[in-house]
Amino acid sequence: MSKTYEKYYVPAQSPWPIVGAVALFLIAFGAGNYVNEVTRQQPGYGGYMLAAGFVVLIFMLFGWFKNVIDESMSGLYSAQMDRSFRQGMSWFIVSEVMFFMAFFGALFYGRVIALDWLSGGSNNAMTFEILWPSFEAMWPLLKTPGGIETQAMPATGLPMINTAILLLSSVTLHFAHTGLEQNKRSQLKIMLLVTLLLGATFLGLQVYEYIHAYRDLGLTLASGFYGNTFFLLTGFHGMHVTLGAIILLFVFFRVLKGHFTPEKHFAFQAAAWYWHFVDVVWLCLYVFVYVI
Amino acid sequence: MSAVVTDHEHEHHDHKPSGIKRWLYTTNHKDIGTMYLVFALIMFFIGGAMAMVIRAELFQPGMQFVEPNFFNQMTTVHGLIMVFGAVMPAFTGLANWMIPMMIGAPDMALPRMNNWSFWILPFAFLILLMSLFMPGGGPNFGWTFYAPLSTTYSGDSTALFVFSVHIMGISSIMGAINVIVTIFNLRAPGMTWMKMPLFVWTWLITAFLLIMVMPVLAGVVTMVLTDKYFGTSFFDAAGGGDPVLFQHIFWFFGHPEVYIMILPAFGIVSSIVPTFARKPLFGYASMVYATSSIALLSFLVWAHHMFTTGMPVAGALFFMYCTMLIAVPTGVKVFNWVATMWRGAMTFEVPMMFALAFIVLFTIGGFSGLMLAITPADFQYHDTYFVVAHFHYVLVTGAVFSIIAAAYYWLPKWTGHMYDEKLGQWHFWCSLISVNMLFFPMHFVGLAGMPRRIPDYALQFADFNAFISIGGFLFGASQLIFVAVLVKCARGGEKATAQVWEGAEGLEWEVPSPAPYHTFETPPVIK
Repeated sequence: MSKTYEKYYVPAQSPWPIVGAVALFLIAFGAGNYVNEVTRQQPGYGGYMLAAGFVVLIFMLFGWFKNVIDESMSGLYSAQMDRSFRQGMSWFIVSEVMFFMAFFGALFYGRVIALDWLSGGSNNAMTFEILWPSFEAMWPLLKTPGGIETQAMPATGLPMINTAILLLSSVTLHFAHTGLEQNKRSQLKIMLLVTLLLGATFLGLQVYEYIHAYRDLGLTLASGFYGNTFFLLTGFHGMHVTLGAIILLFVFFRVLKGHFTPEKHFAFQAAAWYWHFVDVVWLCLYVFVYVI
Repeated sequence: MSAVVTDHEHEHHDHKPSGIKRWLYTTNHKDIGTMYLVFALIMFFIGGAMAMVIRAELFQPGMQFVEPNFFNQMTTVHGLIMVFGAVMPAFTGLANWMIPMMIGAPDMALPRMNNWSFWILPFAFLILLMSLFMPGGGPNFGWTFYAPLSTTYSGDSTALFVFSVHIMGISSIMGAINVIVTIFNLRAPGMTWMKMPLFVWTWLITAFLLIMVMPVLAGVVTMVLTDKYFGTSFFDAAGGGDPVLFQHIFWFFGHPEVYIMILPAFGIVSSIVPTFARKPLFGYASMVYATSSIALLSFLVWAHHMFTTGMPVAGALFFMYCTMLIAVPTGVKVFNWVATMWRGAMTFEVPMMFALAFIVLFTIGGFSGLMLAITPADFQYHDTYFVVAHFHYVLVTGAVFSIIAAAYYWLPKWTGHMYDEKLGQWHFWCSLISVNMLFFPMHFVGLAGMPRRIPDYALQFADFNAFISIGGFLFGASQLIFVAVLVKCARGGEKATAQVWEGAEGLEWEVPSPAPYHTFETPPVIK
């Protein structure tokens, strides 16, 4: 053989996937029951199962990631392995993009087609006359055909500040990354911490905005198509920010422990990609949900 | 393609862990592939049993055995199980077994995640099956769960349905990421893109489709959940939404999903036909391009499922022409398979028989698809048994036949034993005859106007339906022969050589049979 190749590390048996499978089972089965119990006010054990599922899931994540980090720190991972991780993470983000696309698609369909047809567009003049002749198409949809009224969330003010905060956090994360690459550890630590704080501020303000929407604007999950898309898009985005922040928090702890080198820092890179992705989703969301 | 393995030194120490832990904790692509395949077979029989209930009820007009609500649950869960529990896991199992061996990789790229994506699947189906025993019964709105059937009019088990679909989706996405990364990153040196076996190519494109559309399915079931339980109105016109929106999002997932279930089948047939024709595959490059174009077009045809739902004429025309365009790359494939056989030195072992049946019967399913694509004609065919005949020709005699063919083709490599050829031929002929008794008359009752998903029918359809049901029972019974073949082959039989088939080419035929527990710990060199 003229050329030798590094051996690709195939891990030995691992108990974590099956623990994770049990966790997902508890979460799904628990959630499936809990949803019924909450909305129908029935007693049941769904909530406990759901909570147990999350406990097992967190246990699994700690164990699994500990294994991976130990293997990585002991030098078992080749450059080829690193590429596998990077590609895997990239495709995961692609799948996340498609998840948000489903909701953006619903938003565009509702605004461009459904509302137009409900107000007699295309060949729906007679349907309109018979069903809801007083309905007026507008966006934000402040009064549904069924008569639910709400107020719109303005684009200026808090949402704009939040946009600036999240954009800024992407910039600070970028500087943390350059700090890591140039081996400036203090820049890395400070910038990562700032990113985390900005992320937490964003989430705090989102919670405040939700309270404002429910209490002052009458804008709720159940207030028609505008409220649906508003809360599902911002809600799923908020969940992703939360997840991204948790990942960054663990990356931060690892930085404090002296992990990552300028050459090898996949976990940092993946967390950063995820954070930037969440940021881009917010930009689309701000434009299409708040501004336009 | 000629490939030479130069390095076998690591393959001798072959220690497998033993006991149940081997299967629970495994990171080995062959173990995981076996588990996927066994799981798919079990689900195939559970889903099949539900089909038997449906056919028993339809044996005669009038209500015989089951309540209409239970009938609806059977059609729904039969569809869900066959799509997500049988066909897709079977293909993933084949991918797990074969792709690393075909490209000279030591394993899948992310072995632990591979285990996770398998083991969550039995749990997902456990939840789905348990929901059948809830008060009010399981999901009864059809596997397409159209709103408002699944929102306003559905039972309490809908939440369980939604979350079990979420888990199936997570499993598929993780499996697809694993396949795609393995192919991108773990090919042996010299295994260039255009040297990859076609099964690997078709699975690469399938994995891409899975990553693109499974999240959309997750999105739409989430909207169903919030519409049903949390007062949103995505699919409710009174709140400014639209039930038609459901169909758009669902079929944006659903149509690529159809190709997810057939592209790997194309790869299998493209492996089997050259082996038994003893000629290289005709038009390899055109096969790759055809597969890619089918995948791209699959994103542009979703609304052909919705012609009768209503859409502007321009939309109907666009979707009609795009759909018909898919016939072109599909035709290229069928032509290439036939051209591969042209003047070949053919023999007709069981895998080849199933592959040949695939080519003929899948083409029939393709043609009825073309008929359905014609918008004005679809108004007549929509929601009749003609549609049922169409998609069972492409899914049963298409996808399922290809999976059976693949099982016969690679069984000697997996077990180290030849299967019983005589029993296999019995399985083939019984399946072939019964499956056509089962599905071919459905075209006629469909054209005559018998609606699908209804437990009763008009008297003039009685004779045809009795005949169809007999075909169904025979087809179900024929699959027991398959189980006999599998068990017999796993337990022993004539020793298989490394190459197994005289005309077989490719890396997987250069390792011993049965394939060692770890293959290619150092990559082979491909010339």
